Amino acid sequence: MENPSAEWYTCRNMSKTARFSSKRLKNELHEAFTTPYNIMTLVAIVLLSYLILFPLVEMIASSFTLAKVDVKAIKGSHAGQFTFYYWQRIFHSMIAKNMFYIPLAHSLVIASCTSVLCIALGSAFAWLIVRSDIPHKKFFGLMLIVPYMLPSWAIALSWNTIFRNTRVGGTPGFFAYLGVPIPDWLSYGAVPIILVLSLHYYSYSYLLVSAALKSINSEVEEMGEIIGASKWQIVRKITLPLVLPAILSALILTFSKAIGTYSVPSMLGLKVNYYTISTMIHSTVNSAQAGLGFSISLMLISISAIFIFVNQKVIGHRKSYVTMNGKGTRSNPIPLGKARGPILVLLYLFVALMVVFPVVLMCYQTLMLKVGDYSLKNLTLHYWVGKGRGDIYEGLDGVLRDRKFLSFLWNTLKLVFLTSIFASIIGQLIGYINARGRKLKSGQFVEQVAFIPYLIPSIAFGAMYLSMFSKGVRIGPVTIVPPLYGSFALLVLVSVVKHLPFASRSGTACMLQIGTDLEEAGQIAGASFVKRFSHIVFPLAKNGFMSGFMLIFISIMKELDLIVLLMSPKQGTLSYLAYWYSTEGWTQPSNCIAIVMFILVFLTHWLSNKLFKTDLAGGLGG
Amino acid sequence: MSEILLNHIDKYYGNNHVLKDVSLAVHDGDFLTLLGPSGCGKTTMLRILAGLEKPQGGTISIDGEKVVDASEAFFLPPSKRGLNLVFQSYALWPHMTVYDNIAFVLSVAKTPKEKIPGMVQEALEKMQIGEFAKRYPSELSGGQQQRVAIARSIVNRPRLLLLDEPLSNLDAKLRIDMRGELKRLHKDLGTTVVYVTHDQVEALTMSTRIAVFFKGVLTQVDTPVDLYQNPATMEVADFIGNPKINFIKADGEAQGQSLVTDSPLGRLVFGKLYHGPQGHVDCTLGIRPEMLRIDSTGQIEGTVLSSHPAGSESLIQVQVRGQVLLVKCIGLATYNQGETVRLSVDPDFVNVYDTKEGVLIKHSAAALR
Repeated sequence: MENPSAEWYTCRNMSKTARFSSKRLKNELHEAFTTPYNIMTLVAIVLLSYLILFPLVEMIASSFTLAKVDVKAIKGSHAGQFTFYYWQRIFHSMIAKNMFYIPLAHSLVIASCTSVLCIALGSAFAWLIVRSDIPHKKFFGLMLIVPYMLPSWAIALSWNTIFRNTRVGGTPGFFAYLGVPIPDWLSYGAVPIILVLSLHYYSYSYLLVSAALKSINSEVEEMGEIIGASKWQIVRKITLPLVLPAILSALILTFSKAIGTYSVPSMLGLKVNYYTISTMIHSTVNSAQAGLGFSISLMLISISAIFIFVNQKVIGHRKSYVTMNGKGTRSNPIPLGKARGPILVLLYLFVALMVVFPVVLMCYQTLMLKVGDYSLKNLTLHYWVGKGRGDIYEGLDGVLRDRKFLSFLWNTLKLVFLTSIFASIIGQLIGYINARGRKLKSGQFVEQVAFIPYLIPSIAFGAMYLSMFSKGVRIGPVTIVPPLYGSFALLVLVSVVKHLPFASRSGTACMLQIGTDLEEAGQIAGASFVKRFSHIVFPLAKNGFMSGFMLIFISIMKELDLIVLLMSPKQGTLSYLAYWYSTEGWTQPSNCIAIVMFILVFLTHWLSNKLFKTDLAGGLGG
Repeated sequence: MSEILLNHIDKYYGNNHVLKDVSLAVHDGDFLTLLGPSGCGKTTMLRILAGLEKPQGGTISIDGEKVVDASEAFFLPPSKRGLNLVFQSYALWPHMTVYDNIAFVLSVAKTPKEKIPGMVQEALEKMQIGEFAKRYPSELSGGQQQRVAIARSIVNRPRLLLLDEPLSNLDAKLRIDMRGELKRLHKDLGTTVVYVTHDQVEALTMSTRIAVFFKGVLTQVDTPVDLYQNPATMEVADFIGNPKINFIKADGEAQGQSLVTDSPLGRLVFGKLYHGPQGHVDCTLGIRPEMLRIDSTGQIEGTVLSSHPAGSESLIQVQVRGQVLLVKCIGLATYNQGETVRLSVDPDFVNVYDTKEGVLIKHSAAALR
């Protein structure tokens, strides 16, 4: 026996025994500055603070600083002085109602209605495709995400094409061509904006709820059947509570996207002076009233932050229903019974009217020489390959031979690839910090800061970067902020940072699935951090990485809201070009671009699905 | 001389004191098992030894070379300690083949390229899984994955091999096979092994020495035979042995090396091996079930409560003056409920504990036989 003595039971207090010694200090410092986690976390904190916290503070400061153009408005003032002028104007002035309160009401109505519609549509579709015995699931599974791959402004464009009436002049829409009178409320304003946004954003709910449903073992539903619960009871009492966290995250996502969206309300609202917060931000910033725009942006940020915060509190710890484990879940489809036929017809009708018809119409439109003339002799390939003619759209060439189109296409591809690659890599690294530092203050801080761009609606985020980078900031000889306005780098930067929440979320989900013991086994073997990351962590994270990559790729391809304020005529993207054409009333070229973009997105999605088995829902962090 | 010395190791997770001033020596060629119920700190101990965890206090040296000195915040990285570890989950890299899993260890260690295939093959053959080299871990059974994990841990010929509950994920039959396999491997390689388990049968059959932990405290380090026959505390006595040891409260009178006790078993006289306090002592007798004999000439009378014949052995519960005793006989034996039997016990084979302190005050002589 070896030393069984009472001494064993005395426990030592470390703080007393840990005496200062230079050796200890040296070892501790060496440790602090060579531990990969510490280095990564430090770099992440510095970068995130610079790219997220600093611009936010900068924008807040700008909203309290008097600009040169407004010096005349206040007697005895000088540019750069502290002022409540802008805040007072949006809250309490002659123009406050038109400039802030009415657009705010519009935005809230649009965001709320869109969210409700999206959740209802998306959840219903998800349940039908994942859990019921509806036939042709593969076909519907693909068709139902097509609206997600179309830019939202392209759907607005189709809406316009179909429902435009003669009130605002120009050529009439499809129904008007057939002689059906279309009331104003269906052509422009709240109703079409809500419907178009819902049609675009329901796919988020669909993807997230599908993923949650797939992870539920059908035995829990069968148990309900055994005790004699009806189908409706099972859905309401068992299935719905289990997917509630997914529904709430879809709600947050939809709401914050819808409240910050710019392109759709601008296409369907501005012509009838229907302003939302986002279109108001755009017009104030563009008409040299940046201070006002920043104040309105800050209000928009606060509203979505409060909304998301409240929701997070509600979801809170209930998040953990849906767990990923290696065990396969059995899933037996639930028979729809008599309702199967009618539901199938409705589903086909939806796909035909809301998915296929707009795309076909868009294609058809690009072939029409004169907008609104659907006769066969009006067909032409002019807008695709034709040489410019003086009498059409200021001599614009067909898009495939148009210099501007080709250079913007190149720009878009460059932007999309660079951003997706940067954002996904950074996302994986941040995900690594989040996953390994879950219990540490530093890990939680990084996670929270990386989440902030999520709270900031796209248009406000663009405004924030505009405020920060419009002029350089130098302290002595050191450039703190380079003047990036108008440069391609700024577009990449803003896109990467805005997509960090998604990227780091999918990175975290991915990293959490890689057990620490796999990495420790490498550590025991003596593999350095870089080697462990490149040989063990990254290969295992590959599929998750590609899912995140895909999601960002598609999102940036369609992006307009985020970069519309930052774009210069030289550094445009396809979205911007199409939007610009459509505001000029040049429907065909605009549609051509939308189709090119759709094909690009669709091909990428298909390829990555084939090659890497990527999963869009996985990228959403569902 | 090759020896691992752990001195005064303290480990906290926040305010949770998981290892309390643990000191332990692992000798060259030992198969040392860290044994204890779950949550006792044995895995933490192993991870500290491996270098995956950093203790807040204490030092560790391997072969005289200091690898941990908490007071100087000095912690040698795991790979520089000349050891390898088999994880409970095996931690095979799922994206590498069996061959690559093992070769990666060597390539990280910058082994000359031409030597790698031979060394991998040797490790695989030692574990008799040469034919699986090209498979992925997911294509192997649990037992085969286990062998790959072990092959990976011995390929760089560590001077110290650490195993963290490696058999806990295997089914009962495979577990027994692997026990033999690990014992053989220990003999073949001559490596020092530190092994973590909560399974006492594993510990007793495989180890050269066993270290028992309770709640972060190292309670006893001994050979399996000594640990079984002379558990240092009542806690250890209760934990080791299946069926469990019988505890009987007794009044004792001690004089020199001898002790006389009065208990439900009557008067027992222990002529030697007593090393507790003198005079009156409150004590507890610890008697292994197999040390009680059913014997018509026995002095202790009791009533059979139940009998459980199980083929090679039989367990009989006997009530003696309100105290229930468990008796283990070799072979098939059946007794009727309510039957009166007589028991005998050799005082030499009885452990006596100080009831208040819970420590052993009289050894069992069994080891001396």
